[in-house]
Amino acid sequence: MEDATYNALAAFAQTWGLLLFVLGFLLVIAYAFWPGKKRKKEMDDAANIPLRED
Amino acid sequence: MASQGTSIWAKHQIFEKHSYWLTLGILLVISIGGLVEIAPLFYLKGTIETVQGMRPYTPLELAGRNIYIREGCYNCHSQMIRPLRDEVERYGHYSLAAESMYDHPFQWGSKRTGPDLARVGGKYSDVWHQEHLFNPRSVVPASIMPSYPWLSKTKLDSKRIDEDMRVLRLEGVPYTDDMIANAKADLDTQATTDADAEAFNKRYPKAQVRDFDGNAAQITEADALIAYLQMLGTLVDFKLYDNKANVR
Amino acid sequence: MSTIQDPIPAPAKSMRFGEAGLLVVFAILAFCSIIVAAKAYSASYAFHAYIFAAASIAAVFAIGNRYMDRPAGPVPQEINGKPNYNFDVVKVGTVLAVFWGIAGFAAGVTAALQLAFPMFNFDTSWFSFGRLRPLHTSAVIFAFGGNVLIATSFYVVQRTSRARLAGDLAPWFVVLGYNLFIVIAATGYLLGITQSKEYAEPEWYADLWLTVVWVTYFLVFLGTVLKRKEPHIYVANWFYFAFIITIAMLHIGNNVTIPVSVFSHKSYIYWSGVQDAMFQWWYGHNAVGFFLTAGFLAIMYYYIPKRAERPVYSYRLSIVHFWALIFIYIWAGPHHLHYTALPDWAQTLGMTFSVILWMPSWGGMINGLMTLSGAWDKLRTDPVIRMMVVAVAFYGMSTFEGPMMAVKAVNSLSHYTEWTIGHVHSGALGWVAYISFGAIYCMVPWLWHKKEMYSLRAVSWHFWVSTLGIVLYISSMWVAGILQGLMWRAYTSLGFLEYSFIETVEAVHPLYVIRAVGGILFLIGGLIMAWNVWMTIRTPLTEAERELALAPAE
Repeated sequence: MEDATYNALAAFAQTWGLLLFVLGFLLVIAYAFWPGKKRKKEMDDAANIPLRED
Repeated sequence: MASQGTSIWAKHQIFEKHSYWLTLGILLVISIGGLVEIAPLFYLKGTIETVQGMRPYTPLELAGRNIYIREGCYNCHSQMIRPLRDEVERYGHYSLAAESMYDHPFQWGSKRTGPDLARVGGKYSDVWHQEHLFNPRSVVPASIMPSYPWLSKTKLDSKRIDEDMRVLRLEGVPYTDDMIANAKADLDTQATTDADAEAFNKRYPKAQVRDFDGNAAQITEADALIAYLQMLGTLVDFKLYDNKANVR
Repeated sequence: MSTIQDPIPAPAKSMRFGEAGLLVVFAILAFCSIIVAAKAYSASYAFHAYIFAAASIAAVFAIGNRYMDRPAGPVPQEINGKPNYNFDVVKVGTVLAVFWGIAGFAAGVTAALQLAFPMFNFDTSWFSFGRLRPLHTSAVIFAFGGNVLIATSFYVVQRTSRARLAGDLAPWFVVLGYNLFIVIAATGYLLGITQSKEYAEPEWYADLWLTVVWVTYFLVFLGTVLKRKEPHIYVANWFYFAFIITIAMLHIGNNVTIPVSVFSHKSYIYWSGVQDAMFQWWYGHNAVGFFLTAGFLAIMYYYIPKRAERPVYSYRLSIVHFWALIFIYIWAGPHHLHYTALPDWAQTLGMTFSVILWMPSWGGMINGLMTLSGAWDKLRTDPVIRMMVVAVAFYGMSTFEGPMMAVKAVNSLSHYTEWTIGHVHSGALGWVAYISFGAIYCMVPWLWHKKEMYSLRAVSWHFWVSTLGIVLYISSMWVAGILQGLMWRAYTSLGFLEYSFIETVEAVHPLYVIRAVGGILFLIGGLIMAWNVWMTIRTPLTEAERELALAPAE
């Protein structure tokens, strides 16, 4: 019984699960690097915090 | 993606600008993995079942185990045989979860600078262990293990072993009142050849009774450590063990 | 001290709540420690109680002295419109980090020599490998790494918040209290006081003390962020937050023990067997993930942009990197327990998340490396930048090797072997130590108002000597590990195991010797750094530096 559940889960994880994670990963990458976002100025501003001091 | 993403993106500001929200967010995110992986181990059958033959450590074995821990033996010796062909042939039957059920803390280890010790019990004589602990290179010339000459010279401090057992009972180890009341006497009995061990053996079935360090004059740390090493992996009788009942 | 000529009478001095409170607490602690010492079950525990008593009495005197010497009013938060940063604690933390670094590397070299030549155990109990190895790991991770993290976090949080560190005595309590924990832990190992949980060896009383210190650390950090002048919390601070919070959770979860008595150093962990193993590696792996990774990524996110004078490559990527890393890391623990009695599903989860972890790790690496895009020439001209960039490259390498070793098929070979040791050291020496060295080389001139380190040539020497050391170390351990793994599972044509265990021990001997040489080179590098730091602090300021130093906020 425990084995059957495990195998079913493993089968799912190795097919659809894998696909899901790869897609999610690509989305996140696209998201992180997408040019010209609404909060670009704010982000640039935040990134400059260490350089602005004094 | 774009419109929804932007709104999530805007909402993310709450973490960037409010340290309490950031703290809360971190706490939530780091809790999930641990909960999923740890909580089931307290009720799943494979991890909490008992196997015939398992018993708590005798007072002498417990004292020996504490010396094993004190000297950091776990840094180089594992006590966990994996179900791989070469390991089973080299060390014996693979380790069961139940075999470390009374181990506070566990001693599975993470490194084999020396061989696995999960089933070292009974593989070597007491004399071999005495010599080996005193100077490993006297019996294994290429060994890189440190020598432990002080063990056979240091009297075992066992005055308060019953206090240790009381704490372990609090944590779920089934020590009986009888075992705790007789702890110090049991310890002496187990380390003495020809002692009257009937009552002791009733409390701790299959426990080995003899003068482990070859020095009848006093009970030393070597007595305790060798008693512990000689019982490792010997409790479960694998001729009787039903592995179908232990699907993991 | 006020003088007679003061036009305005100085306000009457009175003790602050914190000062009075801590005085009372330490007085009580000293008293209790002495009682414990008198009734202790073992001499080694009595010794520790006396250390606690001495430290408490010293604290009482220090607080009293400080009260006598300090001005009456509160410490100004700003001077001439600039934040009045509290850098004294940072200085102490930085110097202690250098000291513990040398001690930890030296302990490592000794342990390496013991494995190559067992006579280096000298047949003494306190010096034998089993006690020295935890001393080495704790000294480098918690003493060296911990002091680097506390010092840099106190520096970065003030600078990026443009606010003085929260608390008056609290930051001192954190730095000195943490180092007291280190002393207790280190002497304990040598005396045989250990609970045998790897990287969490200190016993219950040291654990309790660390918990108090750690909560104070969190409050000081949070308090400073709350005082910030910037609306936005800079990304480095998120990583510090995650590091502090998660370490607190892990420390408590993995140290649920019941002491035999207040008069005994010995305690028994509540968990047992499989559950204890899972707790241990949930702790152990995330000590790597949050102490040795998240904390040092915070260093990367501040010191590399600052030194390169360029903002971080992609701030958006750093946000994604942050949440993905901390969410996924927590799951990876079970890869330390492949093929053990831990249930299969937990092992598979651990393996899967370990492989996924590769992605956010490399996201962070890309973010760190690409910060230098357009300024790659600095790699050639600035040895400090070179050190930090190589650190990030090593981070990338170890975070590729890690997921690979977490795959069960690979792990069946690599587990229990020296390969693990090699992997750990490519991360520990290459990533953690190098990014720490870089931060120290940045911070020492900043803190002591110098233009630059005393000798950049010495920084370059440190870099090359220790890089050679690392290469020797990790390549020898990689070969040794694979050799062990293959020899253990080798069969003869007749179907018998080909090698006895001791033959595999003999086979790796030359590699142990090479590893020890690598370690010695790394130690020499550390000594060069210590000398350089010492000379930088000691050399008098030049005229130009003095002018800069007089500006209050610098």
